[in-house]
Amino acid sequence: MPHDSHDHDHDAHALLPPDPALWVKALETLLSRKGYVDPAAMDAILEFYEEKIGPRIGARVVARAWSDPDYRAALQADPTATLAADGLLGRQGEHVVVVENTPEVHNVVVCTLCSCYPWPLLGIPPSWYKSDAYRARVVREPRKVLAEFGLELPEGQSVRVWDSTAEIRYLVLPMRPSGTEGLGAEALAAWVTRNSMIGTGLPERPA
Amino acid sequence: MTRVHDMGGRYGDGPVDPAPGEPLFHAPWQRRAMALTLAFGALGRFSIDSSRFTRESLAPRDYSRFSYYEKWIAAVANLALACGLVTREELAGAPVAEAPLDPKALRPAAVEPALRRGSPSLRDGAAPRFAPGDAIRTRLPARNTLVEGGHTRLPAYAAGHTGRILRRHGAHVLPDSNAHRLGEAPEPLYAVAFDAADLWGAAERAGDEVILDLWESYLSPAEATT
Repeated sequence: MPHDSHDHDHDAHALLPPDPALWVKALETLLSRKGYVDPAAMDAILEFYEEKIGPRIGARVVARAWSDPDYRAALQADPTATLAADGLLGRQGEHVVVVENTPEVHNVVVCTLCSCYPWPLLGIPPSWYKSDAYRARVVREPRKVLAEFGLELPEGQSVRVWDSTAEIRYLVLPMRPSGTEGLGAEALAAWVTRNSMIGTGLPERPA
Repeated sequence: MTRVHDMGGRYGDGPVDPAPGEPLFHAPWQRRAMALTLAFGALGRFSIDSSRFTRESLAPRDYSRFSYYEKWIAAVANLALACGLVTREELAGAPVAEAPLDPKALRPAAVEPALRRGSPSLRDGAAPRFAPGDAIRTRLPARNTLVEGGHTRLPAYAAGHTGRILRRHGAHVLPDSNAHRLGEAPEPLYAVAFDAADLWGAAERAGDEVILDLWESYLSPAEATT
């Protein structure tokens, strides 16, 4: 069996300056001087994730599923094709499964091995999602972790924790709250918080 | 032998800080770190599986003390060296002659199409051996059977347990192979449900489940326990 051939390359970062801001600067300069990275493309990447992508995209999917039974059925039957038809897939969201909360089951998403997250639907992951505490604990003690988010589940509801170990990205479809009857698509989407689509929160009345 | 990233079920990490209202980035360097990682990845010299393996191969002391984007940047440096794109001397600050932009380098106009396209891992592959409802047992110990100490996506906490097939995802690139440039080796991928009481000895509440996406070679048939 071959040994891991990269073991001697695991400390290259130690050659860089100790401060992370200087590391990044040094690497960006090195890789762009060598022609592997175009700094203008880096600017375009940032513009894309800062201006065009974020949890409002997922919120509109949820709001539409709440108000359109056919769309909701399509999201269950073939979520990837349904989202692709509206151009809602992309990097780190190439394959998607939508998991529905019910009075019996509450869904929570994690990636214990790294930080896999549905970027095209929710944007850049929050720090807590990438934290050791969340990754280590939510699979073993989901209710204690949810309580730290202020979420107490009712007695009769079981928990399903989805550990994103492959390239399938999970979006939680929370239950539609009372008080939202008759709302239009945009007003409904305003109730859908980012955390409610990960499972660490519920929809909330907009402030 | 395990690696430090495989932390599911670990004790001692303390409370989660939900940090409502958090900005997208906490410092300007984090923005550049994210963009540099994605732009460098788009060059196509290494797969996302190699990239993940490089991050999880950081020394445990570095993995634990580095913030998220520091791990990313450390992995960019290690990948650049492993792929032969830079030398140790250059990383240490030796002067570098300016080279023309690589034809494969990501250009600004290509950024949005590339990010909207992504890199799907679904492939044509063998018909799945298991069907929803089937009982399976996961490999024990969790390990890469192709490369000693190599990449795998079977977490240690789910190794050697009995679960049931919940859903078939089609055939997907096998990270255990692809991370080490041994080919994509696509295999059927399944969502597999495990009883939390079985994984942890005792569940927080009876009936709770943990679901993982697992490749067929991680699984063998089992007698249903219930």
